[in-house]
Amino acid sequence: MNITLKIWRQRNRETEGRFETYEMKDVSPDMSFLEMLDVLNINLIKKGQDPVAFDHDCREGICGSCGMMINGRAHGPGRGAATCELRMRKFQDGDVVTVEPWRAAAFPVIKDLVVDRSAFDRIMQAGGYVSAKTGGVPDGNAILIPKPIADEAMDAASCIGCGACVAACPNSSAMLFVAAKVSQFALLPQGQPERKTRALRMVEQMDKEGFGNCSNNYACEAECPKKISVMHIARLNREFIKAKVF
Amino acid sequence: MKSLVSLYSSSIGKKIVMGLTGLFLCLFLVEHLAGNLLLFANDNGHLYEEYSRILVSNPIIRAIEIILFLSLAGHALSGVVLWIQNRRARPQKYKEFRLDENTELASRITMLGGSIVFLFLVVHLSSFFFPLRITGTPMTAYELVREKFSNPWFGLFYLVALVILGYHLKHGFQSAFQTFGLVNKRYKALLDAVAFFFWFLLPAGFGSIPVYFFFFVKNTASPLVLRTLEHGWPV
Repeated sequence: MNITLKIWRQRNRETEGRFETYEMKDVSPDMSFLEMLDVLNINLIKKGQDPVAFDHDCREGICGSCGMMINGRAHGPGRGAATCELRMRKFQDGDVVTVEPWRAAAFPVIKDLVVDRSAFDRIMQAGGYVSAKTGGVPDGNAILIPKPIADEAMDAASCIGCGACVAACPNSSAMLFVAAKVSQFALLPQGQPERKTRALRMVEQMDKEGFGNCSNNYACEAECPKKISVMHIARLNREFIKAKVF
Repeated sequence: MKSLVSLYSSSIGKKIVMGLTGLFLCLFLVEHLAGNLLLFANDNGHLYEEYSRILVSNPIIRAIEIILFLSLAGHALSGVVLWIQNRRARPQKYKEFRLDENTELASRITMLGGSIVFLFLVVHLSSFFFPLRITGTPMTAYELVREKFSNPWFGLFYLVALVILGYHLKHGFQSAFQTFGLVNKRYKALLDAVAFFFWFLLPAGFGSIPVYFFFFVKNTASPLVLRTLEHGWPV
């Protein structure tokens, strides 16, 4: 299949970016979107041009490195998959595909499709941890956790921090990310010591980073490659209110 | 006080204000509709006049009225602040952004809908509240309603505004509960049912008033109404 790519090219943070058009011939429908970009980059390097910069690592949907806006959708068309899991068979022969970096004040573009997501790291540093005593390994069954609770905590913990929630949100809000992180600890006994300060500090840091405010339109849940539920946002709100008021 | 200021300065705090003021305004709408249903009493407005008199003379209702105006101001101002912050959070827009594939229309037009509802409120208050309560009018409340809704354009404007209010509440009502953290899969169906009352039945109830006055209260029909009834369209 033949695809026309319109890709955002930007040399660095300081320079203005623009869209460049690339024609891709004989694209295999079984390729992942990133493999298709690899082919594009090989062609660009052969021509002596600068390859398109994009983040990637595991290429199996668990690291959260890759992520780009493809035809106006975070991680492209379809649900529950990161960009690396997106196959070219999702597109038709002759399609024009627009590829942009995540757009948010808190995620400045470093180069082309690569954005600086260290705002997420700073939110984690503010409260996304638990206190643990050093020493011997505790017995695995010393603390009993009901299966439904463990499942819910695991659902929240499946967040890979890719930033699709911010990218898909009309307000560039990071609430689903923060909610997932706060939830996974709030649900488990190990998260209790810092429960209150965690919710307060992570929300405070989120606001400080310049993310927008959640307007509950749930684009984040729809685009999350791990399908993390907005019910976790309700929990974050609950945790925040409890910590602030009570 | 300090903690209240710090709560409001946070993103969630402002949304809590949006939710609380929004729900208070929703409660007012229930009372407002309940009272307005007396317009259907078919007694030439006697019951409705009595109801208006009781409302105006009750000091508790007057105090609640002040809270109501403060809620409206708090809701509108917080909404504008959040909206401005949200625009700043994405200085560079996407070339292509398919938000429509993932979200409900009602959730995408809260600012537009809210602004139109605000304009509607200005028209509504200047049509009824100000003449009846501040500037004075020789007409009774019932007569004023009858007079205003004899104009089909005025009634049509109300119907359009009420559809937009319905959309605003469709998003807003459930959104408030999400913000308070009071959403749970177990009682989501119950919340959806209550929300349906607020976003559909309530605006429909209000909408029945201009329709009723235009079509069924003909005793003071203006020439425009008579021509409309004759031609089926205002001419």
